Amino acid sequence: MAIFLNENSKIIVQGLTGSEGTKHATKMLAAGSNIVGGVNARKAGQTVTIGGQELTVYGTVEEAMKATGADTSVIFVPPKFAKDAVIEAIDAEIGLAVVITEGIPVHDSAYFWAHAVAKGNKTRIIGPNCPGVISPGKSNAGIIPANITGPGHIGLVSKSGTLTYQMMYELRDIGFTTAVGIGGDPVIGTTHIDALQAFEADPDTKVIVMIGEIGGDAEERAADYIKANVTKPVVGYVAGFTAPEGKTMGHAGAIVSGSSGTAQAKKEALEAAGVKVGKTPTETAELARELYKAL
Amino acid sequence: MDLYEYQAKDLFAAHGVPVLPGAVASNPEEARAAAEEIGGQVVVKAQVKTGGRGKAGGVKLAQDPAEAQEKAEAILGLDIKGHVTRRVLVTEASDIAQEYYFSFLLDRANRTFLAMASAEGGMEIEQLAHERPEALAKVAVDPIAGVDKATATAILTQGGFPAEIREQAAEVVVKLWETFVAEDATLVEVNPLVRDPQDRIVALDGKVTLDGNAAFRHPEHEQLVDTQAEDPLEAKAKAKDLNYVKLDGEVGIIGNGAGLVMSTLDVVAYAGQRHGGVKPANFLDIGGGASAEVMAAGLDVILGDPAVKSVFVNVFGGITACDAVATGIVEALKILGDEATKPLVVRLDGNNVEEGRAILDRANHPLVTQVDTMDNAADKAAQLAAAGA
Repeated sequence: MAIFLNENSKIIVQGLTGSEGTKHATKMLAAGSNIVGGVNARKAGQTVTIGGQELTVYGTVEEAMKATGADTSVIFVPPKFAKDAVIEAIDAEIGLAVVITEGIPVHDSAYFWAHAVAKGNKTRIIGPNCPGVISPGKSNAGIIPANITGPGHIGLVSKSGTLTYQMMYELRDIGFTTAVGIGGDPVIGTTHIDALQAFEADPDTKVIVMIGEIGGDAEERAADYIKANVTKPVVGYVAGFTAPEGKTMGHAGAIVSGSSGTAQAKKEALEAAGVKVGKTPTETAELARELYKAL
Repeated sequence: MDLYEYQAKDLFAAHGVPVLPGAVASNPEEARAAAEEIGGQVVVKAQVKTGGRGKAGGVKLAQDPAEAQEKAEAILGLDIKGHVTRRVLVTEASDIAQEYYFSFLLDRANRTFLAMASAEGGMEIEQLAHERPEALAKVAVDPIAGVDKATATAILTQGGFPAEIREQAAEVVVKLWETFVAEDATLVEVNPLVRDPQDRIVALDGKVTLDGNAAFRHPEHEQLVDTQAEDPLEAKAKAKDLNYVKLDGEVGIIGNGAGLVMSTLDVVAYAGQRHGGVKPANFLDIGGGASAEVMAAGLDVILGDPAVKSVFVNVFGGITACDAVATGIVEALKILGDEATKPLVVRLDGNNVEEGRAILDRANHPLVTQVDTMDNAADKAAQLAAAGA
């Protein structure tokens, strides 16, 4: 088992014909993802060959879904057009929309999130500004390198792309059911809590690793959720202890404002919920390994 | 980007939010001229991006232009919570009947916008929220529906605004919402929003934060950047399109990916506790590319910081291949030549790591030390910084 994405997922790529879309679709195909087409209104009807595979470009997400039975869209369109692309995916009621695009204005993200809610939350949105989701050995929707490690029993949810890769590398001996990069923007679709809930319900996931960073209070809320609802062992890591107040650290959402959003507060909340929190990524991985071996 | 009060008020005025006439001045003479232009009593206000100006002596009343000049002289150069005052805003002094609070902001937790309103304005909002939470209305705003006059009136009613001025205040609130949306702001705050004896509603202060991600549709926001107040190294990095934040330690940091770099800073700070308390000197995310040019530009900025005693290059090759990063480091050191004088600790892992490490081994540069793991590399970088300090 895996969460959000599995071997049966049929993927379309919005922005397939752009440079990022083409580059990562090639890698996704090589990782065994079942990509069934692309979307670009200006290139509708054309066929492109990517990674040795012929893919049809459809005019809209709805058309692509009708023609291919796609249930997942990976979105690579530039920030300027991302809002419309996500709204199109929501209107087509696709099951999963993975928004890789970095740099989307937060008014646009808040708008498409409100739109998704108004439409009854039929589309799970992951991102924006995220590396996507990978269920090793089954499918890869996004830009997480598929060659770091294979399938196993750890579930990973992270705000950061490179820390996702680092953690997968550290725990490559155990492997992962699914790794979800939820993104570092202030407004994101899928949260730590959504992933925790799914991992808790997934019988193959034995240990959950949760990576957070400064900004907002998502980690604190996840801690409350874990305390009340998660029975599986959870290990946490929080980045940004040394970040100064009021400075954005790379991710648009990674900012300490006044006394809120600090790494220390997040660590304390997680520990109070019984989560073991590592001081470094390596120490965190070691905690996860110990818990896994003790099962 | 946080704006100064005078910039926030300029945006307010452009969107029809009532503000008092005023002018910004960067020296006492300009303040005097501004006061002459306005006429009568004026208020001279320090322009700094922090709260508590009043208590720090940064806001003064002046009866005439000569006194305005005097007050400006006292305020300019004032250090308010680490912010040096470079400009003052000279505005008409207002008659205040009542002070209110109003703001629109991003509500991250609920992934929507929030309006906050209170009939008890003037004091710091954190204090109000803490001491009199029942006096502060927090109302979710649907980003699609937005705020019309009826919505605005409902928010103000919840905030306890007096019935007789709700109509006028609601008009101002609709214009504040227009400012919030049209300018791609994540915060628009007016504290105080005042009612004068003639029942006019005026924004007496203004705080606005703009979303950097929306810069592509606001080329005009570029001119709001205060280049004078920028750290020179941060300005240099920005000119080279580098994502750099200056900190006050001794270990220069280069990494790929915001999360990994933040984590690197922490790991270096922990290692520093074992090595004389050295700390990270900066945040620098070179992103996915890590070409020789980007690496050279990054090293150039970091080595331009005299406090830096060692540099830690921490890269996990995800999309990026480690051999490309290693080549980038070698080429960057060639480009920098004699300007590269500080030891570099390099940790490479991930995609093509063997090739990457082999490239650095072959180059055998005297400044470069390779360490296999992030924790050990941080320790080495901290040790070298402590030795060089």
